[in-house]
Order: sequence, then structure tokens, then C-alpha cells
Amino acid sequence: MTDTTQFTLNRRKTLMLMGAAGLTSAVPGIGGLRGAAFAKDAPSGQVIIGFSQEPTVFNPHMPHIEVDDGIHYAIFDPLVDVDPDGIFYPLLAAEVPTVENGGISADGLNWRVKLRDDARWHDGTPFAAEDVKFTLDLLNDPDFRAWRRVGTEFVRDIEVVSPTEITWRLEQAYAPFLAILASTFIVPKHAFDGVDPNEAPFNNAPIGTGAFKLKNRVPGDHIELEANTDYFGDGPYLERAVIKYIPDMTVMYTQFKTGDIDMLALQWITPDHYEEARNLPDRVVEIVGNPFFESIQFNMERPQFKDPAVRQALYLALDKPSIIEALYYDVPPVTETFMPRESYYYNDALPAHEFSIDKANALLDEAGWARGADGVREKDGVRLAFRNSTTSGNELREQVQQFVQQTWAEIGVEMEISNLPPAVMWGDFWSMGQYDTTLVGLGVLAGPDPDCSDFFRSDASPALGGTGQNYWAYQNAEADDLLARGASLFSPEERRPLYLRLQEVIREDLPFLPIYQYAVIPGRKAGLEGPHGNINNRIDTWNLRSWRWV
Amino acid sequence: MTRYLLSRFWQSLVLLLLVSVIGFLVLNLMPGGPLSQYTRTPGMTREMLDRIAEQMGLNRPLPVQYADWAWNLVQGDWGKSYRDGRPVLTIIGDHLFATLLLMGVSTFFAIVIGAWMGIRSAVKQGSLFDHSATVIAMVGFSVPTFWLGLIAIFIFSLWLGWLPAGNMYTVGDGSARDIAVHLILPAATLALVSVATWSQYMRTATLDVISQDFVRTARTKGLTPRRVLMKHIVGNAVVPMITLAGMQLPTLLGGALVTETVFTWPGMGRLFLDSLGYQDYPVIMGLLMFSAILVLAGNLLADLAIAFIDPRIRLD
Repeated sequence: MTDTTQFTLNRRKTLMLMGAAGLTSAVPGIGGLRGAAFAKDAPSGQVIIGFSQEPTVFNPHMPHIEVDDGIHYAIFDPLVDVDPDGIFYPLLAAEVPTVENGGISADGLNWRVKLRDDARWHDGTPFAAEDVKFTLDLLNDPDFRAWRRVGTEFVRDIEVVSPTEITWRLEQAYAPFLAILASTFIVPKHAFDGVDPNEAPFNNAPIGTGAFKLKNRVPGDHIELEANTDYFGDGPYLERAVIKYIPDMTVMYTQFKTGDIDMLALQWITPDHYEEARNLPDRVVEIVGNPFFESIQFNMERPQFKDPAVRQALYLALDKPSIIEALYYDVPPVTETFMPRESYYYNDALPAHEFSIDKANALLDEAGWARGADGVREKDGVRLAFRNSTTSGNELREQVQQFVQQTWAEIGVEMEISNLPPAVMWGDFWSMGQYDTTLVGLGVLAGPDPDCSDFFRSDASPALGGTGQNYWAYQNAEADDLLARGASLFSPEERRPLYLRLQEVIREDLPFLPIYQYAVIPGRKAGLEGPHGNINNRIDTWNLRSWRWV
Repeated sequence: MTRYLLSRFWQSLVLLLLVSVIGFLVLNLMPGGPLSQYTRTPGMTREMLDRIAEQMGLNRPLPVQYADWAWNLVQGDWGKSYRDGRPVLTIIGDHLFATLLLMGVSTFFAIVIGAWMGIRSAVKQGSLFDHSATVIAMVGFSVPTFWLGLIAIFIFSLWLGWLPAGNMYTVGDGSARDIAVHLILPAATLALVSVATWSQYMRTATLDVISQDFVRTARTKGLTPRRVLMKHIVGNAVVPMITLAGMQLPTLLGGALVTETVFTWPGMGRLFLDSLGYQDYPVIMGLLMFSAILVLAGNLLADLAIAFIDPRIRLD
């Protein structure tokens, strides 16, 4: 039984250099994660994987949620992928483009990518550079319902040099681009010939280069994937993989116990079942890291939260240890930042949170927030009263809210719980800043890159007229500067101090009160090898190609 | 008769129109929307969301959206799901079989067992059987299906290992026998819960008939108790049950949300909940229209059946 999977990125930091990434790609993957360490036999056996959400979107470039990624990683390949250590390795690319191997120009603007010559689409057509060009063009097609254009919007002058070589220019230096490529699945040009890409038959009958083919989908129930025996890389080892949709977590856990499912994946075993689960016979149950963090998020536009003393006092009066111990059974690790602890850019020297009702009270007294007749503090006509919202029906979060409500009442703060169904909660209510505070789980990184401009840049707040995901309406000139410089530098060692400082700035400003970093508890039958947590990927089946029974 | 059917047809049409307008309004006026599930995705900017909404036609004025949808519906196009882009009717069809099978089998057993219990209780009013049946019915009414399902799984799957814990069939098998084995637990759970309803209705209906003059007359004519029961009592008590069955038709096809969830049965109930969760407007509207049509058809069928069975009722 292992505990939280922690990767020692700091010791590998030189490997993180993009210049070295090409070299490391030649090193066999740890434990066969990249499928390089095992001899290839005919695929055999099947695995049934339980997901609590149903994958329905098979075109990886149309709007989708994380569970759909589970299918995309099995059916398609990006040019490069990234392992749990944050190290890039080539998939459809012949090598990871770096400055050293001439793949990226020194200024980061001109890219030259060499491609594999032995990859084929599931229908037998050879994979070629035209497909890469088509994919990048598709993402920038104004009529296509693309789900993401971050990074690819800077791509210009794509040129197919040969079937195995492609070049393009980036309009501006953009360090996260390699990470973006690691989740940009290449789709076949010939599947879109003469059809509206939004309505293409491909969208329900995907053709990829990946280790598995889509065999069958029974809507509302399961998806059957079969081995692609012509896969260019190592694997697949399984003849068949079944993604089973089980919306209720209690039911999913029961089916894990009865053996009806071989692997319990997204949304994993709940913390209250962890003790029992880890002692089940013939089951492997581990805690693995996850890049999301749980926090209480402020709407910085509300007058109550303009005063830093208020945010600091609320943090002082937040009993984090009790929440994590009593409600989450000590499963997730406490955090002070948005950056996952597994990241090379994680700042482990941030001031540790202290729980002190006395200090919180003193701070508010000092800042002039006086208690009114009803015990609630106020200053200049602003009462320290607000709503806290999250997805209704999430019992664990509701317990956290009640707990926080009680402790905050002790410092003269009135918090009203006002929860909403998910489609309402995360719609305009959240994104247009109609909330006071939320209890929210967020991941701000796309893969291993530390760039989070979209979440923290002053001009990225929709409530303030911006277009990003800065839903707290956070504004700080130093953070803006750090983010701008960080995104334009290519050396991880040069970037690191900037992101360490960014975390300090945000820890000091407290636009959100960090509680814990997510840790999830997948479970599998003993004998199933291959599943491995990957902090740089949001889905359990990212490396399905190397799963096998032993 | 034709006049009656025609007037029912026009009434139904007006009703469907009202249901669709109200449904469409309620759905679209709800805050949120089908795109809100993407707001937390890294890289999903407000600008992107607005653009996608525009491409999907979500930011057109509501009357335009409604007219568009209704015109397509009249032409037989029920729209496509926002989630997987497949036609709504295909999606409903996919889930209908699973639901029909589960609901059909469980309702059949619930009615047969329930009717038997109800009649027997009424005939032997005050007996030990009657009291036990009432107690069982009360328990059936009050036990949460979710709990009952989990207990059944615990006993028969986890503990005894006799039956599968859920799913409609084993992936790769799917034979009639395989489906039948998977059907036992969910159908039994559902039947157990609804047997209570049926037995209590049947008991009340039978008691109403038993005290009627014609029953006494039948007895004094010297008919055997069995013949009195079967021909005179049951024959008449069954009339209100047909109305009940007609009203249950939409429930039958609407699926059993809780049972479907506990036993991971891919039926209509789950489809409705999932579509609601994702605010998949075309599918929700499709389900709404589908069940409205079923309600109307079910009531009409029940009225026709009663007129057919009971010569005293005329439909004109």
C-alpha cells in the first residue's frame, strides 16, 4: 500500500529544461509508464473501468469535460505527451522539439516538428504532416465549435515540408505551447473532407491513431474499446477496455467490492471509505495526487472583501486542520497555494496557516470592524455578512460550510449558506461574479506548465470586462508582471523564481483561502498493472495503452 | 365515437402546445445553461463560451428559438443532443427498450401479485392474511427504493454471490439468459415497492363491489362463491384498475430513476436526470413531449378500454 504518490521533481529540474527534454525522451519510462519497458505480446484480457460521468464527446476538439479525455487518450495521440514527472516524450512526433535539436528557434517563435513515419489511422490511412496542419487549422477555424484555442491562436504560417516534417511560426513567444501540444490530439484530415466539422460523422465514430479503437457505445451505460493491434508504439496489452458509466458513488464502490468493475476511477473512492477499501482482499487502493485545490473563493468586488484585514482574519479563523482531519479523514494534503506540490514550480516556503480565533478577532478590532447589536461586525456601513455558495447536494462540502459558518460566527462574521445546482452555480452566477464567496475545487494549470495567466491576470476577469477565467476579479500589478514575464521565458530555471514569487504575492493577498490540494483514491483489482496517477493529466486512463493483467 | 375521438385529438393538441411552451420557458429561464459545465475547464475563457453559445444558437431571442424548435418538431425533427450530437428520437429509442423491459416485467408481477393480495384481503377482510398484507403494503410504501436495492445487492451479490450487482447484461454476452439474470434484482426490488400500491387499490375496489346488491343477488341465485368472485366481484372491481393502469403508462415508460441508478440500468429515468444535469435542452424537451404524449395516449386508451368493458359507459 503506498501513500500519496509524490514525485521528486526538484531533483529532476534540469530534466525539465526544454533543451533536455529531447534527451530524456530516450530514457525508458519509469515502471513502463510510457509503455517502453515491456515486450509486446498479442493483447489479451479485458478491463472494466468505472467512471461516475459518461463520456459523450469523441471529437477531442469540441467542448467536453474531463471524463471525455479518458476516451481521447485511448483513441488518439498528441504529438508529445507528458509523464508524471513532467517530462515530455514523443508520440506522433519523432522527437520532442527543443532548442537543442533545432525543433524550436532560440526566441521560441519558429517550430520545426519531425513526425513518425510508421503511424496509421484506425482505417489504415497513413498518418502524415497534413493531419497535423489540418488539426491546428481546425482549432483556428472561426466556424468550428472549438473548445480551446489557448496557444494555438498564435500559430501562423503552417508549412508541410514533407509527410514527416512540419513547421510553423508563433506570433508571440509562448512558453506553455509544448504543454498545450501535449493535450492537442491530432485528428485525421480525410475524415473531414467536404463536411461541416461540427456535424462530421467522425464526431460519433472517431478515427484515431491511438492504442484503442472505439468498438461500440451503449448510451447511458458503457463504451467498448478494442485493441489497435497496428499501434505504432508499445502496447496495447489489453484486448478490450470497457468504460462503464456508474453515476452513483455508493453504487460504484459496491460494484468495486463485488468485482463487477476492475478499476474504480473518476470520481474515485470517497475518503470515508478509504480505511475499509485499503483492507479489501485482492484490491489495490492508493492515494494519488491531483492538481486541483479546494478553497474558499472571494468575490473581490464585494465591499466586505476589499479590506485585506478581513481576508486575513477569515483565514486565521478557518480551522483547516479540523476540516481535513474530521471531514476528509486526513486524505488530502493541506496547502497554501494553487500550485500542486508535485510541480517543479511549487513554493514550499509559503507562510504556514495558523488557526487562531483570538488573532482573527484582534485583527478585525484593529482594522475598525466593530461588532453591532446583533454581534455581526461592520465598518462604514458595510456588514461583515455574506453568502457562501457551492454545488448543492455535495454533502461533504455542505458539512464544511456548516463548520466554517460556526467558527466564523465566533469572530462576528455572518455567513449564509446558499447552494445551487451545478448548471446554475457554475454558469453566469460564478463566471460573471454574482456570488459573494464560493467553496470551489479548481485546477489552474493546463498540464505541467505553470502558466495561470487566465486565472490571475487583472485583465482576465469577465466581471470586469475581461475574457479569461479570473472569476475572483483579482487585480495585482506585480502578479500581472510576473505572469507576463513567466509566459515569455522558455527556461524552467529562469521561470521558477517568478512563479515562486507569484505564489507569495497571492498567498499574501488571499483572493481565495486555500484549504487542501486534492488527493484522489482510485482502486483496482490486484493483478492489474499500469494505472498510475499523473499530476499533469486529469484522467485516470491517460496511459491505458500500457495497462495489463499480470 | 369519431366525434369524440376528434374532440379528444384537438384537446390533446392544445395541451401539447401549452406543455411545450411552458417547458421551453422554464428550461430557458433557469439560470445557468448547457455551457456552464465548461466554465471551470482551464483555458475556457468567457469569450470562447460566448462564441460557442452563438454557434449553438443559444443567444437568439427565446421566441425565435422556440419557433425554430417547434417547426422542426412538426416536421419530425426532434433536434440533436448537445452532449453527443445524436438525434433526440434515437436517444430516446436507445433508452426505451431498457426501461420497457424493466418496468414491464416488474409491473406485470406487481399487478398480478398485487391484485391477488388485494382481492384475497378484501374477501377475507380482517383475517390474518389481510392484516399481514396491509403491513407489508405499508412497509412497501415507506421503504426507500434506494435502500432496498442496496440491501438486495448486499445480500444476493456481495454476500451470497448469486446475482450480479447491477448492469443490464455482461459486456460481450447480452444473451436473453444473461439479461434475465441481470433483471431479477432490479425487477424484484421495483415490484416489491409497487405491489403495495396495486394491492391496496385492488383491496379497496373489491370491498366497494362486495357490498353491492348485485353481488348479494348473485349469491342468493346460488352461484358458487368462486363464480361470484371471478365473474361479479373481480369483473367489476377491475374497472377502476384499468384507469389506474392507463395513468401508470407514462410512469411505466418514464422509467424508475432510483432503481435504474442503484442497478446501473440504462433507462429513461437516468436519461432524464443526466440530460437535466447537463441542461441538454433538446433531449429534455424531447422527453417532455414524449411523456406528455404518453399521458394523453394512456388516458385515452384507458377511457376506451373502460367503455369497451363496461357497457354502461358511453363516450359520446
